[in-house]
Amino acid sequence: MKLIQAIIKPFKLDEVKDALIELGVQGMTVVEVKGFGRQKGHKETYRGTEYQIEFVPKIKLEIAVADTMVQQVIETIGRAAKTGSIGDGKIFVSDLNQVIRIRTGESDESAV
Amino acid sequence: MNRWHIGRIGVIGLISLFSFHATCAWAEEGGVLKIDTGDTAWILMSSALVLCMMLPGLALFYGGLVRSRNVLGTIMHTAIILCMITVVWIVCGYSLAFGPDVGGVIGSLEWAGLQGVGLTPSPDYASTIPHQLFMVFQLMFAAITVALITGSVAERMKFTALLWFAVLWSLLIYSPLAHWVWGGGWLGQLGALDFAGGAVVHISSGIAALVCAVMLGPRRGFGTEPMPPHNLPMTVLGTGLLWFGWFGFNAGSALGANEVAIVAFVATHAAAAAGGISWMVAEWLHRGKPTVLGVASGVIAGLATITPGAGFIGPLSALGIGLAAGTICYGAVVWKVKLGYDDSLDVVGIHGVGGFMGILATGLLASVGAQGLFFGNPTQFGIQILLAVVTLVFALVGTYVILKVIDLTIGLRVSSHDEEVGLDLSQHSERAYS
Repeated sequence: MKLIQAIIKPFKLDEVKDALIELGVQGMTVVEVKGFGRQKGHKETYRGTEYQIEFVPKIKLEIAVADTMVQQVIETIGRAAKTGSIGDGKIFVSDLNQVIRIRTGESDESAV
Repeated sequence: MNRWHIGRIGVIGLISLFSFHATCAWAEEGGVLKIDTGDTAWILMSSALVLCMMLPGLALFYGGLVRSRNVLGTIMHTAIILCMITVVWIVCGYSLAFGPDVGGVIGSLEWAGLQGVGLTPSPDYASTIPHQLFMVFQLMFAAITVALITGSVAERMKFTALLWFAVLWSLLIYSPLAHWVWGGGWLGQLGALDFAGGAVVHISSGIAALVCAVMLGPRRGFGTEPMPPHNLPMTVLGTGLLWFGWFGFNAGSALGANEVAIVAFVATHAAAAAGGISWMVAEWLHRGKPTVLGVASGVIAGLATITPGAGFIGPLSALGIGLAAGTICYGAVVWKVKLGYDDSLDVVGIHGVGGFMGILATGLLASVGAQGLFFGNPTQFGIQILLAVVTLVFALVGTYVILKVIDLTIGLRVSSHDEEVGLDLSQHSERAYS
């Protein structure tokens, strides 16, 4: 099992979610986050003075998936979240040791 | 151009006719001045409109511009100043400003506690409306002038210091100044024109704001960390309410439901609109994008600048004044950053510069009921320069002295810890958004 964390542009959330549901992903967790990458924030202007806003609002998706689906999920997110311009985000993949469904006590692949 | 010229002569004609008619109709009847119900209704409404400029107008305008941890503290400034100055004005502020003249310098305390300020018109002011109504209309002006200053001390002034400042400034600066210009004092006697408060309200508050910004020093992190407005829709809502209330402020200053009120209403609206456009264009050319805050700021600049001339100026001159206001105030606000003082919400750049410009423009462009330089009366321009400079110097020195005394006794600023936490929690134990 893997935990996939994807940082994406906020307005891309619906597109990514729909594509993942179509793929058969059963659930996800979404967090509003702020951060910067090589883009180093963006500029905002107030009364003629420019400010460098370092932390840009983004959305972080967290999805636990079975090993067989990992590649498809990564490709789907990559396709749906892409605009081609700077700041599209990143996908992190890490090993997931254990998953437990609280209601039934099921664990691992059957709980994902 | 020709049609406009004829139109303007028409307006002047109408007004002279009206004044003649008015003199006859309003003549004293058995020693008691007669109340005009139309005038009274309009000034009642105008007084409430000027209140609306403060709460909610100015409170939302300023509240949206600060960071979220200071929004309640900022709204509180306007709210409590409205309450405090109301009391001050009734107790003795009105008498000092408009009471029987003492040497052209100050009003006597004869009307303290509104003694003798009754329900019949005063022979000295607004002779068609109850004296008490004139008093309450002027009360709103006294309150908003102090409230305007708070934009420059936002996010860092100690609350108790602000309360003392409001009371002292209103009594020692506003009341004398209002007396000099409107209460039968020496500037008014010289013929200085300030229709609705370009000098008394906007130059005085703008210059006081400058002194406050310099003496309080910048906010922590000013110049190194961004301090963007936390809620611009709130600021735009405040702008709309200010614009709306400004009709009471300017058209109400005609002190009647008459032709002068219409001249002021149209000029006010024209200048606001032109100010919004010209600020937007200036910022667009300078920074590449037209901004919402730019339009809002330009509208306020236009309104502040037209204020002293509103009742003396035709619609095309008003458009010109609005266009100049948006551009010049934008320049002043950008220039401020280079000077390094932290006038947090730009009271100096918008009200100070706008008021100054408006007082001078009135000396050039007045054509209705008074004549400026361009209409054959160069003396008026000289008087207007004197008015602007006297107001500037008086507000500058007076504000400095008041702040110095408060600084030595109470202290002006909150502690740096309280500033980091924000005024909402540190001064008021409240949070705006949870």
